[in-house]
Amino acid sequence: MAGIRSLRIGLWIVVAVVALAAGGGALFLRQGPADGFGKGTYSLVDQNGKAVDQALFAGHPSALFFGFTHCPEVCPTTMAEMSGWFEALGEDGKDLRAYFVSIDPERDTPDILGDYVSWVSDRITGVTGTPEEIDKIAKAWGVYYKRVPLEGGDYTMDHTASVFLLDAAGEFQGTIAYREDQATALGKLRNLLGKS
Amino acid sequence: MIRTLRAALAAAILIVTPAFAHNGVTHLGAINISLPFTRATLPNAPVGGGFLTIENEGPEADRLISASSPASDVVQIHEMAMEGDVMKMRQLADGLELPAGETVVLAPGGYHLMFMGLKRAFVEGETVPVTLVFEKAGTVELALPVLDAAADEAPAGEHAH
Ligand SMILES: [Cu+2]
Repeated sequence: MAGIRSLRIGLWIVVAVVALAAGGGALFLRQGPADGFGKGTYSLVDQNGKAVDQALFAGHPSALFFGFTHCPEVCPTTMAEMSGWFEALGEDGKDLRAYFVSIDPERDTPDILGDYVSWVSDRITGVTGTPEEIDKIAKAWGVYYKRVPLEGGDYTMDHTASVFLLDAAGEFQGTIAYREDQATALGKLRNLLGKS
Repeated sequence: MIRTLRAALAAAILIVTPAFAHNGVTHLGAINISLPFTRATLPNAPVGGGFLTIENEGPEADRLISASSPASDVVQIHEMAMEGDVMKMRQLADGLELPAGETVVLAPGGYHLMFMGLKRAFVEGETVPVTLVFEKAGTVELALPVLDAAADEAPAGEHAH
């Protein structure tokens, strides 16, 4: 009698554990995409002073880069490479948009950023904002950035140098590494455009 | 007066080793400098990088201790490195060590001269003057040809020898 009773209790515990696990799993799956890589909410401003937020990346495939105009090498090199990508893709890349988000918003005003990215293409948009909001978008994308002092009161920034690729739904699809060769980069971009 | 004299004397010491260029290589005592270049800068970019190859064929180590240019407010000596996918840049406050008998390359992705506070954009096809000061070899003036914005190296034909 006592044996059956404890068995019954045991079974109920099993049922409870399974139900909890299933519920928890479902909850996890539901939250997965919503809180996934690149997801967040932020209020920024584009190079024209227009307010932009996370909806910026919806409706077209995008290449997203985080940098700063005081960058001696990685940022201008990546901009030069992006200009090469747009040129090589030609008509095939007409839906692709690119974004340069400043991780040095105190120096990179919309005006300064606008002239800087205009050199690449009219399809690249400079994005800046308050340090707090820039921090939100950088966190969403797992972007590392850090101010490093230089002699004479000046400073430079360490920062993630990869380009993120997003599909038309704004979902993360991969990266192009710093100085990845053009053929590989174009392959990734064509793949992205094909899926979008 | 004494200070002026001392400055003049220091200047005289600094120029005792005359530099001369030959086949694209600038010779300054035991130091040979080749393949100098810089890159065109993007609109509003306040900084630019300078690249060159320094060979120290002397029996003792030397050091690139400072640099300056009329093209920018300051020129610093920097090291850049990728750590994973993060770009890190550091100022070499003590300059760049040039071991005896060795060649040190300042190139994109590594050591470079950092022009900060550009007076105006670097334009492809022009040159940027820079003065380098070595601890032992002295002072030399160079002209860095401005290549395209993503150039990796100076054009072939100007090889170190
Ligand atoms: Cu950079």
